[in-house]
Amino acid sequence: MLYREAGQFKSTYAEDQQIFPIRQDRVAVALLLAVAFVAVPLFANQYWLSAILIPFLIFSLAALGLNILTGYAGQLSLGTAAFMAVGAFMAYNFVLRMPWLGVIPSFILAGLCAAGVGIVFGLPSLRIKGFYLAVATLACQFFVLWAIQRWGWITNNSPSGVIAAQKVEILGYVFDTPQRKYLLTLSIVAVLALLAKNLMRSETGRAFMAVRDMDVAASVIGIPMMKTKLLAFAISSFYCGVAGALYAYTYLGTVEPEAFTLDLSFRILFMIIIGGVGSILGSFLGAGFIILLPIFLSILFGALSHATGMQIPHSVISNLELIIFGGLIIFFLIVEPHGLARQWQIAKEKLRLWPFPH
Amino acid sequence: MNRAQQIGDKILSVEGVSLAFGGVKALQEVSFDVREHEIRAIIGPNGAGKSSMLNVLNGVYHPQQGTIKLRANGAWKEFHDMDSHEAASLGIARTFQNIALFKGMTVLDNVMTGRNLKMRCSFLEQAIWVGRARREELEHRRAVEEVIDFLEIQHIRKTPVGKLPYGLQKRVELARALAAEPTLLLLDEPMSGMNLEEKQDMCRFVLDVNDHYGTTVVLIEHDMGVVMDISDRVVVLDYGRKIGDGTPEEVRANQAVIDAYLGVAH
Repeated sequence: MLYREAGQFKSTYAEDQQIFPIRQDRVAVALLLAVAFVAVPLFANQYWLSAILIPFLIFSLAALGLNILTGYAGQLSLGTAAFMAVGAFMAYNFVLRMPWLGVIPSFILAGLCAAGVGIVFGLPSLRIKGFYLAVATLACQFFVLWAIQRWGWITNNSPSGVIAAQKVEILGYVFDTPQRKYLLTLSIVAVLALLAKNLMRSETGRAFMAVRDMDVAASVIGIPMMKTKLLAFAISSFYCGVAGALYAYTYLGTVEPEAFTLDLSFRILFMIIIGGVGSILGSFLGAGFIILLPIFLSILFGALSHATGMQIPHSVISNLELIIFGGLIIFFLIVEPHGLARQWQIAKEKLRLWPFPH
Repeated sequence: MNRAQQIGDKILSVEGVSLAFGGVKALQEVSFDVREHEIRAIIGPNGAGKSSMLNVLNGVYHPQQGTIKLRANGAWKEFHDMDSHEAASLGIARTFQNIALFKGMTVLDNVMTGRNLKMRCSFLEQAIWVGRARREELEHRRAVEEVIDFLEIQHIRKTPVGKLPYGLQKRVELARALAAEPTLLLLDEPMSGMNLEEKQDMCRFVLDVNDHYGTTVVLIEHDMGVVMDISDRVVVLDYGRKIGDGTPEEVRANQAVIDAYLGVAH
């Protein structure tokens, strides 16, 4: 089946405003979801599920959160890891202190706490823009980590600041195996991604992009600057907070504050830069690139040394991997500064005409 | 004159507005009025304060002195200075001298943002999409398509505005302003940088908008041919002061205006 919309006529605005207006896209997304929900848990092994796919989904969600703020609303932020930390530690507290609440409501409340922190640290965005705002959000990064280490009740007075995530139980069903944890993570990420997509194609998303592209014109049209920017911070932090809670509960299990350093914020920022700024799909592609490429490289080097019989020292290989990884990032940024999502867009446009040149 | 809606009473009155940036006096005691359904032009040499005047009218600049009276929904409101959000909700829309479109968005999305003040759903309803939010979105899409039809930009509705030629971008900006269904439309040099054909198109659109929707238009323009042809009354500014006001014929015969444009021998 060729990828083109020829012959798919739309006679109502409802048809034209669908989430995936082209039939092939709808089929592809349905297939992808079927594979992710059915085939992967059946056939993937433990290692793939718990070491690759679960972190991939969690980082996609965090990247999606940052993309809403930076990609859509144009507010640069380096506080992503801090919002994730708020989500992780607050989820721990809600489950610990209000066990009757249930896990999912605890995650949502944890996300709302992160949203609150996001609004507070988003206040400088009303006066400062761009790189200066990024520096202002650094304050959030340091403050949150300091608070977690300083205020005992956040970690339930754990002396080292390390918390152990409780077991995840929903309606008597325990999510303990990698398969189950994967399915839980996938469901949450899929629902939140759908909500984000809807939000970004309706008035809120347009207001975000208007603020990003031309803020004077946006305010003249009647878009309230303060409300829009703070809403962007709130929604973005909510997504990051839920990602942080999942990071603790379905991936790491035991969490220390040092898991949420500035390093993590930068990693997520790189994901959206490589994946595509201002694109839902880009968040997933970027997370995939940053998480899967190092693994792919190490498998490749393993196969190479096996095939050639050369005994390359382990330290050389791990450094080589880093060098190639860095090189590829630079290569991608030069070839396509708008990210992998843009490449996909171009490929779709080419496929429309293929195999004819015009 | 055979317009559908005859020129009516005053809708906007500017009284003694002065605006200064430090020592630079951009506007000094400027007073004029705008009548309902008319096309009012503001002209003047470069740096006369025309754009500053528009910026005062929709709340981008805040004057130090003077009042602005606006008739909205049948009642007069008096302002010392406008707030841009309030101006928009009272039915003032505008276009900019240097195109101020949202470059990363499609034409359709740009025009849809023009209707943001009419959208009532909360962001949670929009995220869930089914039900009220979807109905609202479709309803506004229908209204936006009417504007798109009116300005003949159907063929580019899915194109990102950054890719469009200058003349079309100007038209999209007009569409975005019209989508808000304004009672008062401020146009800052709608024909600058256009060739003759594009100017003729734009003049036709401005006249059509005025005729069809009955929108009151205040426009700044440097092309005297255009101004004299389409405007009902003209205000002339020079160095921040009003030096002339009246019909195009009166302004053309005004000695102060001729001196401001051509200079005087000392």
